[in-house]
Amino acid sequence: MSIFQNFINSSHSKREFLITLFIKIAGYSAIVFVGMIFIFLLLEGLPAVQKVNLTSLVSSRWYPIEDYFGILPLIGGSIIITLGATLIAVPFGIGSAVYLSEIAPHWVRELLKPLVEILGGLPSVVLGFLGMLVLSPFLRKLLDLPTGLTAFTGAILLGGIAIPTVMSVAEDALDAVPRSYRDASLAMGATEWQTIWRVTVPAARSGVLTAIMLGIGRAIGETMTVMMVTGNAPILPRGIGNLFSPVRTMTATIAAEMGEVANGSVHYHVLFLIGIVLFLISLAVNITASTVIFRQKKRQERILS
Amino acid sequence: MKSSHMRHRQQQFGFSLLTLMTLFTVIPIAGVVIYILILGTPAINWEFLTGFPREGMRAGGIWPAIVGTFYLTLGTSVFAVPFGIGAAIYLSEYASDNRATQLIRIAIINLAGIPSVVYGLFGLGLFVLFLNFGTSILAGSLTLSIMTLPVIISTTEEALRAVPQAFRTVSISVGATKWQTIRRIVLPQALPGILTGVILGLERAAGETAPILFTVAAFFLPRLPNSPLDATMALPYHLYVISTQVPGMPIKIQYGTALVLLVFVLSMNIIATSIRSRARARRQW
Amino acid sequence: MTVFRHIIGPMSISNKILLVLSVLIIFLPSCSLPAISSNSSSDTVSLIENKGSDTIVNLALAWAEEYQRINPAVRISVTGGGSGTGIAALINGTVDIANASRRMKEEEKESAINNGSNPVEFIIARDAIAVIVNPENPVNNLTLKQLSDIYSGKINNWQEIGGEDRPIVRLSRETNSGTHVYFLEQVVRLGDKENKTLFSPDTLLLPSSEGIGAEIRQNPNAIGYDGLGYVTEEMKVIGVAISDGGEFVLPSSETVNNGAYPVARDLYMYSNGTPTGIIKDYLDWLLTPEAQNIVTELGFVAIAE
Repeated sequence: MSIFQNFINSSHSKREFLITLFIKIAGYSAIVFVGMIFIFLLLEGLPAVQKVNLTSLVSSRWYPIEDYFGILPLIGGSIIITLGATLIAVPFGIGSAVYLSEIAPHWVRELLKPLVEILGGLPSVVLGFLGMLVLSPFLRKLLDLPTGLTAFTGAILLGGIAIPTVMSVAEDALDAVPRSYRDASLAMGATEWQTIWRVTVPAARSGVLTAIMLGIGRAIGETMTVMMVTGNAPILPRGIGNLFSPVRTMTATIAAEMGEVANGSVHYHVLFLIGIVLFLISLAVNITASTVIFRQKKRQERILS
Repeated sequence: MKSSHMRHRQQQFGFSLLTLMTLFTVIPIAGVVIYILILGTPAINWEFLTGFPREGMRAGGIWPAIVGTFYLTLGTSVFAVPFGIGAAIYLSEYASDNRATQLIRIAIINLAGIPSVVYGLFGLGLFVLFLNFGTSILAGSLTLSIMTLPVIISTTEEALRAVPQAFRTVSISVGATKWQTIRRIVLPQALPGILTGVILGLERAAGETAPILFTVAAFFLPRLPNSPLDATMALPYHLYVISTQVPGMPIKIQYGTALVLLVFVLSMNIIATSIRSRARARRQW
Repeated sequence: MTVFRHIIGPMSISNKILLVLSVLIIFLPSCSLPAISSNSSSDTVSLIENKGSDTIVNLALAWAEEYQRINPAVRISVTGGGSGTGIAALINGTVDIANASRRMKEEEKESAINNGSNPVEFIIARDAIAVIVNPENPVNNLTLKQLSDIYSGKINNWQEIGGEDRPIVRLSRETNSGTHVYFLEQVVRLGDKENKTLFSPDTLLLPSSEGIGAEIRQNPNAIGYDGLGYVTEEMKVIGVAISDGGEFVLPSSETVNNGAYPVARDLYMYSNGTPTGIIKDYLDWLLTPEAQNIVTELGFVAIAE
């Protein structure tokens, strides 16, 4: 073997080494990024706890230009909208998933599933735009509300945003249930309807749960739509009646106020603190969703092996 | 015990209910697209697409916003594509099933779930202020690329895993190295799936407003950006601005901008979906 | 050189891209070292970065367009976001001129000086804040005291002030707008510094002037306020009286300049230090009759000679 040949070989292995290194770094990058985001939020958000005392933070008044930093109304606003959106997205998302996977003729499914997934990509600012111009005036007249800019309007639009996610993931889960389960149930004399609700859906329940969690995650993090249609009044929701009053969410607060604040001011730190709350909520939702996925995988592996 | 007649009735009722629910789901979303199509089309002409905004954005075109969104998408791909594909290759080809790998997966799922406005905060804190990139295409692209990573990683990994194990075994057995196998055998086979993932990820980047609010977006910039350190207008933010901040804005321009954004985003989505379904139909194994 | 090429080996394009990217990522942090100045002027075209008040943004845009028409060598980038946003940007050194619909606060001046910038104030126009309702609303006139009671939540039905039996929906600009602060101080608190009245928490905080306009146009319950320049034909302007027995005055150039209309304020631009060069030229030009004509055209009040 000539020296030249050697060179090529070593350069090859060097290249391979470098590429493998890059791949490994990239592989771990997700952990690094999540860590970095969390650390950064902590660094910028925790000073707020020192500068604003805790009783003020958990009070019910948000008016930052006069140093009222009660974040409860914002958390409440996010919760009430997310609840509303979930109540819409879960039945419709799962209902249509069941329809597409179990009932619809093949061609309908092939047509509708990609369609809904495509529509899931609608930019949220477009929905907010239509919500502001069309949906909110319509709801005000229909329900005879003082204003159409309410939590309810936001919940409907967020529900619409979450439905494609819920539907798509739930449909995948239902689709993955082995044909034999259904056949066995039908052979025992159950109707298709009974088979769906007593066999197929329970068999896919962890996937369906994941779908719901992901839908909730999508709804709670949505920003632009909410900011444009919910009126942004920081009222602490005290009951389901507040669904029809304006609310202000955590996401909209950050989006509306972050541009304004001087870096390093108390207000700036409090907004990052709200970011931490949002981050932790999404972490909780997604870890719940992912443990469901992992448990499901484990169980499948047990069954298969 | 219920009679079979009753059970049949129950089933019919249930089926129609579910059909109705699906219609209730599909029709409004499809309606949104059609509505914008109808109201937006009259605004579309050559000047609107290639002109600069005039008279306080109430006339003229949206060219800087289109260019800005294009640059942002491009910038996002520069960072997100190599990292996303690299991470997917790692997960599918290198990683063993241990705690560390599980941690990576949890991290990816969490990245996917972090609210977009929190990405905005992070981008502002790290890229704009700490690294001093200013409000710039660079800062915005980096923020958007971290946001799109999970989409690219998970779709690419799925595509890589779909390549049969036998292909790899054969390649290794004829003396190819691991990377050669990945590069020459696995990646080409998985290419359509990877493309789908990349485009879906970039689609998300192109349509998002919240992460670019504090990192790139300019309200009005009467020129095109000429370096990655410039701020730029962008379609989603522009739509937000003209639908909420400018008085006496002709409704036609608002719907026209919404339509352009919609076409930009949905065409990416349709391309991605059709690549995937064509590849599935053509798959030889 | 050749050795180097051997080590790297023949590269495919994709590998080259990979390499360039990794180099880029490694060296990225060093990019931050040279401070990035916003007015990085090339030889031929100078750029002025102008940011701040949404009230002024349309005026600033119109001025910028006209000025660029006269002086093609100057490029002016105009961004809204609120007075606070512009001032924060001036403090952070990212803009050349900040637009504000209120005076800079003492804290803002301090933090500007701490950051090494020295804001210089220019009054560039005046603005009347119009109180607006839906044209269907029969109420035509309100006193300042009534406005204060409406916005602080003491009056909740239009019947109490001579209107129909409808709930009052209060609309306000977001807290980062100078209009909001002005309205709080001069109307809600009636100009009394000791007065600590706040907006009623159910006041809708809309992120923009146009958000208020859109709601006023279609909702007969709503009351809002906004710069006169934002009032369009589909809204009704309310006459305002200073005291209970006083005369109700509609906002206009005359009533603002002779002091009869009580809710009017100056509009400001702040430059970073005493302006020089193109920034000085531009600010000087704003006070010429030519530029002040644009002020009147847009519904603001020109500075009376």
